[in-house]
Amino acid sequence: MRFRAKIVDLACLNHFSRVINTIAKLAKTCTLRLTVSKLYFILNDKVANGGVSMWCDLCQMEGVAAEHNEIYLELVPENLSRALKTAQSAKTVKIKLTNKHCPCLRVAVELPSSSSNSRIVTHDIPVGVIPRRLWNDFREPSVPDFDVSIYLPVLRTMKSVVERMKNLSNSIVIEANLSGEMNLKIETDLVSVTTHFKDLGNPPWASEGGCLSSAQGRDRESMAEARIDIKKLQHLLAGQQVNPTKALCNIVSKRIVHFILLHEDVSLQYFIPALA
Amino acid sequence: FLQAEIFQEFAVQGESVTFRINLSVLLDCLTIFGTSSLPGTSTALRMCYHGYGHPLVLFLEEGGVVTVCKINTQEPDELLDFDFCSTKVVNKIILQSEGLREAFAELDMTSEVLQITMSPEKPYFRLSTFGNAGSAHLDYPRDSDLMEAFHCSQTQTNRYKISLLKPSTKALALSCKVSIRTDAQGFLSLQYMIRNEDGQICFVEYYCCPDEDISEAEV
Repeated sequence: MRFRAKIVDLACLNHFSRVINTIAKLAKTCTLRLTVSKLYFILNDKVANGGVSMWCDLCQMEGVAAEHNEIYLELVPENLSRALKTAQSAKTVKIKLTNKHCPCLRVAVELPSSSSNSRIVTHDIPVGVIPRRLWNDFREPSVPDFDVSIYLPVLRTMKSVVERMKNLSNSIVIEANLSGEMNLKIETDLVSVTTHFKDLGNPPWASEGGCLSSAQGRDRESMAEARIDIKKLQHLLAGQQVNPTKALCNIVSKRIVHFILLHEDVSLQYFIPALA
Repeated sequence: FLQAEIFQEFAVQGESVTFRINLSVLLDCLTIFGTSSLPGTSTALRMCYHGYGHPLVLFLEEGGVVTVCKINTQEPDELLDFDFCSTKVVNKIILQSEGLREAFAELDMTSEVLQITMSPEKPYFRLSTFGNAGSAHLDYPRDSDLMEAFHCSQTQTNRYKISLLKPSTKALALSCKVSIRTDAQGFLSLQYMIRNEDGQICFVEYYCCPDEDISEAEV
């Protein structure tokens, strides 16, 4: 089983570091899925919390050479994040899967130096190799047939509101319609708070056909809603350090909310299931 | 006390309306858009109350986003009446708050009480604490720049539980002036004058009764 990759583009490296940092904030361990063309980070909190799943795929890595088509590794993202801290002004970064005493991801950072020889800093990050029979657990969830797809409001505002709401309630209702309107609602014995966002816009596929049989012919004003754990939503929003290029969510009424955040060539997907 | 002038519109039907409400919930709602505002953005607020049994309704708007909060109201508590009468004031001092802020920040918290002495003669106005390290006295002379008014007719020394006075330091931090008054029983009235960004004035009042064990001994 072999894996080797090299990053030479500084911008791509910065993206990669940012993504790793975001992931490190969200979970202690994650699964890294390496394929011929893409890198996926999978956080599967199913065991602990009944499920936020986050997927992100990165493109642009040169020379990925995997023997079988895919490799699944378990690693602590914090370690990778720390290794990449030394790479901020690197010339190149090479990542390789090695198995000296135990499987490791070897990150070799080539740093510029005043002498003619470059300095190379190497980090060995222990990883766990996930056997093939368990790969099904990590399958990319299929995008469910959603009822409504809508662009998210400015994340900063959403973050403030959700943070305050978190003090007041454990669950939050997200509802949205095909007229670009979204409401965040909480209701307890003490208080009920509703925040109304308008003119958000709906992605083009939401009303055209495609795979959305439930969205076709849907009344534009009618709201699709789901009640979710507010901490998970707040966690997701707090992890966004940079404003994404595109942010949207798909709601399957009373079942699941699917968030997609696009940062240039990185896409992160979060699935938050609805509470019973 | 917030004066009606702080609001652009203020209408109350009937003489007065009283209800009890959860303060932290109210604060969370008022700050729903966050506590630090970006320059150029402002949040608008509208509050309505339809009467007994209805929730307090807040409408907040910032940047086109509207939040509606309905906070359930409760039966008002009986307000503690300290029976502090303005006409029975024995001693009164008005100080600029900056003079007291440092003093309160440095109060020896190992002391259970804060002793306040007010007198027409020296030491005029003295704050004392009796903590593990020893006793500390802070004197303010009558002719100090910080003293805006000084009307003391009798020498009085009273002790107050420091834990009861600690919350008042928040009001002290925001205020520009504070008035300190005591009556014949040694009840303390602290009035903080707070000026907001638009120059409007609000007041916060604290009443505190003297620590009984000690005062009895002095009598």
